[in-house]
Amino acid sequence: MQPTHSSRRILLPVRMWFVYTTLFIALFLNYVPTGHLPAVPDVVALVLAFWCVREPDKIGIGAGFVFGLLTDIGVGAALGQHAFAYVLLTYAANELSRRVLWFTPVEQALHVLPLLFMSQVVMVAVRLLAGAEFPGWWMFFGSFVGALLWIPLHYVLLLPQFQPMDRDENRPI
Amino acid sequence: MLVSDLNMRYLDGFRKGLSVLAYPLQMAAASPADFVRNASDYFASLVRLQIENKDLKARQLRGAERLLRLDQLEQENRHLRALLEARDKQSARSVVAEIMYTAKDPFSRKVILDKGAQAGIEAGQAVVDDVGVIGQITRVFPMQSELTLLTDKDQAIPVMIVRTGMRAVLFGSGNGLMELRYLAANADVQAGDKVVTSGLDGVFLAGLPVATVARVERDQAQAFARIPCLPAAGVEQFSHVLVLGHRESLPPRPPEAEPVTGKSGKGRKARAPKE
Repeated sequence: MQPTHSSRRILLPVRMWFVYTTLFIALFLNYVPTGHLPAVPDVVALVLAFWCVREPDKIGIGAGFVFGLLTDIGVGAALGQHAFAYVLLTYAANELSRRVLWFTPVEQALHVLPLLFMSQVVMVAVRLLAGAEFPGWWMFFGSFVGALLWIPLHYVLLLPQFQPMDRDENRPI
Repeated sequence: MLVSDLNMRYLDGFRKGLSVLAYPLQMAAASPADFVRNASDYFASLVRLQIENKDLKARQLRGAERLLRLDQLEQENRHLRALLEARDKQSARSVVAEIMYTAKDPFSRKVILDKGAQAGIEAGQAVVDDVGVIGQITRVFPMQSELTLLTDKDQAIPVMIVRTGMRAVLFGSGNGLMELRYLAANADVQAGDKVVTSGLDGVFLAGLPVATVARVERDQAQAFARIPCLPAAGVEQFSHVLVLGHRESLPPRPPEAEPVTGKSGKGRKARAPKE
């Protein structure tokens, strides 16, 4: 694998335990009780989208569903609200993967923004249909912050794969 | 799945099971918030604490005097009730709980309390602070419980307007306010009227302050007046609350199919989140 398809660098294959660890860390970050602060990004959606774009044949809608349910439980949302949104998100991310990986991280962020935004729109639509109050437009700001976070996340999550095959004592990473 | 959770609550057992899994992670995630809160408590200035202490002492003194009288009144009341053969109003077994954090779901107004089923809290119990009613317990987990605030959209509570004695139902309108619905356009309501619980639902004790009428908008085109109300208690800012025990055990079943009217209709509406 390469960082992007246009790059000539070759990465190590991803380790699945690392994928799930990062997903659980993201879940933990989602559980941090920020109350009704505006523009808090949905980290689980972001990390899920990342792995679905990077590894479309290893992570898909199943993981989206499970982590959606766990998010629902933790934040006290309607059961299935995040699960539904994440299933759509992961499906779209899997589909887009072959295209998105040709771009630089900044351009990838622009592709991910509509995905995150769509998952929020789905959640709002579901809850409004069920008769909840509209939380206000600031809520959608979270997906913009999320898309911005994509750029650092891209490097952080690929860090283990940047390691060389044979360990060299004189090489920093 | 969504429908069965929101409308029928079939999945509560499933949710409870999964919440056991999620709980350690939740606790860990809540700890930074706890830390921030504790740190700010720790660094609270001595002066503020002294002032608060003085204030509390004065309040307790004032309260003590009333408490003494209350004892005597309760005695008298019991005698009178015995005479009337009325059922005693049970003094509810209540639990003091602390609010841990606001639930993250931006679509609803819920907070998480630090006591749950292990402290004897049940779904449907009323929650008050030192000024008035703030909400009702909607979900109970082993160590925590979820409190739905009165300002949550469509959270209903049967109330009475103190000045006129008129009964009504108060609904949360979602924007931090509440609304008296289904009162006729010519109903005798004024801005500033105090609204208290009527106790018709068998959940809330009668006479707890709930809200104050903010203004009355009468529109000729509509059958009902629009009456937004401001919550009396600090519905969205508080730390310690009192979870009141169930006011009374359910009345025994009527012997035969007697028409149950009026009263229970309202009560059922307010108790809806419990089911």
